[in-house]
Amino acid sequence: MENSKNLEVFQAKIDAEIKIEPKDWMPDEYRQHLIRQMSQHAHSEVIGMQPEGNWITRSPSLRARKILMAKVQDEGGHGLYLYCATETLGVTREQLIQWLHEGKAKYASVFNYPSPTWADMGAIGWLVDGAAIVNQVSLQRTSYGPYSRAMVRICKEESFHQRQGYEIMATLMEGTAEQKKMAQEAFERWWWPSLMMFGPHDGDSPRSSNAMKWKIKRETNDDLRQQFIDKTIPQAELIGLKIPDANYKLLENGSYETSDIDWDEFWNVIKGNGPCNTQRIKQHAAAHDNGQWVREAAIAYNEKKEQQLKSA
Amino acid sequence: MESNLYKFCLRLADTSFILSYRLGEYVSHGPFLEEDLSITNVGLDLIGQAESLFKYAAEIKGGGITDDDIAYKRDESEYLNFHLVEYPNEDFAFITVRQFFMDVYNYHLFTALKNSSDPTIAAVAAKSIKEVNYHLQRSRKWMLRLGDGTEESHNKIQYAVNELWKYTDELFDMDAIHKSLIEEGVAVDLKEVEKSWIKDVLEALGEATVTKPEHVKHSLVYGKNGGHTDFMGYILTDLQYLTNRYPDAIW
Amino acid sequence: MSTDNQGPIWEVFVQSKPGKPYKHVGSLHAYDKEMAIENARDLYTRRNEGTGIWLVKAEEIVSVKSGDEESYFEPADDKIYRHPTFYNMPEGSKHI
Repeated sequence: MENSKNLEVFQAKIDAEIKIEPKDWMPDEYRQHLIRQMSQHAHSEVIGMQPEGNWITRSPSLRARKILMAKVQDEGGHGLYLYCATETLGVTREQLIQWLHEGKAKYASVFNYPSPTWADMGAIGWLVDGAAIVNQVSLQRTSYGPYSRAMVRICKEESFHQRQGYEIMATLMEGTAEQKKMAQEAFERWWWPSLMMFGPHDGDSPRSSNAMKWKIKRETNDDLRQQFIDKTIPQAELIGLKIPDANYKLLENGSYETSDIDWDEFWNVIKGNGPCNTQRIKQHAAAHDNGQWVREAAIAYNEKKEQQLKSA
Repeated sequence: MESNLYKFCLRLADTSFILSYRLGEYVSHGPFLEEDLSITNVGLDLIGQAESLFKYAAEIKGGGITDDDIAYKRDESEYLNFHLVEYPNEDFAFITVRQFFMDVYNYHLFTALKNSSDPTIAAVAAKSIKEVNYHLQRSRKWMLRLGDGTEESHNKIQYAVNELWKYTDELFDMDAIHKSLIEEGVAVDLKEVEKSWIKDVLEALGEATVTKPEHVKHSLVYGKNGGHTDFMGYILTDLQYLTNRYPDAIW
Repeated sequence: MSTDNQGPIWEVFVQSKPGKPYKHVGSLHAYDKEMAIENARDLYTRRNEGTGIWLVKAEEIVSVKSGDEESYFEPADDKIYRHPTFYNMPEGSKHI
């Protein structure tokens, strides 16, 4: 009985747009949904450091180098904000990392694609960050307070990411024939994966309905995807990139119609068969394992100092 | 024939640049997320320092050459950084010791260079010293945590100190170029810097329960004179990949 | 036996300008005080957000218990005489 009254109060708060805070009562399913979604979001930011980190040392100018390094650092920061927000739900960061390494937690499949050229730095910033921003802007209004606050901060910081990516693409499209080719190919590589980032059609999304009822999610996958498509196609055309979709067309309402996504590819990468799934987790696990003695040293040192302070 | 001032600029710039290269390589490999981000900040400060000095070098050289041309389009023997910063990210102990040695050095060097007769050098030093002060605080504390942490971390840090020590005499070497710049009031006496460096380093090693190794001088031509370790070729192959492959492209 | 962990959580408060109050901006992990303050600087003031930082271990924060909100905060609802708008001022009065 207690539970059903709690549930009523909880839903009333959600309906009144009052944020849920860590100490508030919440249904276990809500908590589990958040842990899954927020940690997946955090892992995506952190794993997302890899395809771009891949090019930091090869950045072709001092300016590009600073920007890329600062950008990848931001991704790490965003992962960190999200890990901390997830921890308010009563789960530790160690646990979250362990689940990632064991394959129990997912991250955005888009990061399982390789970044073979400098133009991929442009395409990732412009398309992948661009898609992420559409989603994150919407999540600023999510019902869980710490998640919402993290999103507000992240959106503020991310605004430069998409611009840096688009700037790289625009510069390449003004450059030599080789550079243009590089840009077009990278665009083709990342176009479909970035559309996949919004997830399956809402009808095929197993957990969509509760997430909407609880206002964890504020807009549907398909709506968000459409917003992204409508913003991005004109940007691509402006700098002379060809949309890798023979059937796309502008509708009278100003929106674009596009071909359907190759969902077999989508599910295949989610299942772990993307080109870089193993590589990404291996690198993360290696860094984590190589860091163990460092973390242990930091713990031991602090304990020693606190002991000394006590006995002094 | 390049001027002494140009070479002096590059010695400073290249050292910061190559060290920032190593830190850039370490991004997303840190022992935990917070440290990953913090050490990246150090790398970003170092690129900024290098950039100011490359700009100045480009100005000295003239003829429309840019800072990027200088940073990216030279032969290995024209890079004038210390060997110490070429040393790979073998593990977090090596990264920490390399950084600590450089931070103590830069702290005393830039403090002295604030009074350089060359206004650009003095200005870069004045700006950099604020950053270096923070880097030093960080790397010194890590020396203590690792040195006085666990047995494993102690052994690793002691090993890194032993291995990297031999690269430190280059930091204080004063050749004819340097001496003539001291006379002009541009450069500073590195013997003075060395005294302060040794004092600070020994103090930190003591606190970290790490022993100072015996000094062994290696016979390689110093980086500041264009001689490099085997590591440098790989750094440049990677760093110059795009500018070599597409020499006419603008990025 | 491994003693590995990510260290305690710290809450970070940043002052945006001298004279402004410190505001909660987020959290981080750190193994000791020095590391906490350095990480806070590197994480939460990378874009000139601050002129001051406070750190406090999350476990040391005291807060109102869940369920106590009604008895803590609602009794203030009917004490509107604490607000200046409660008072009737003669028409035409100024600077008050």
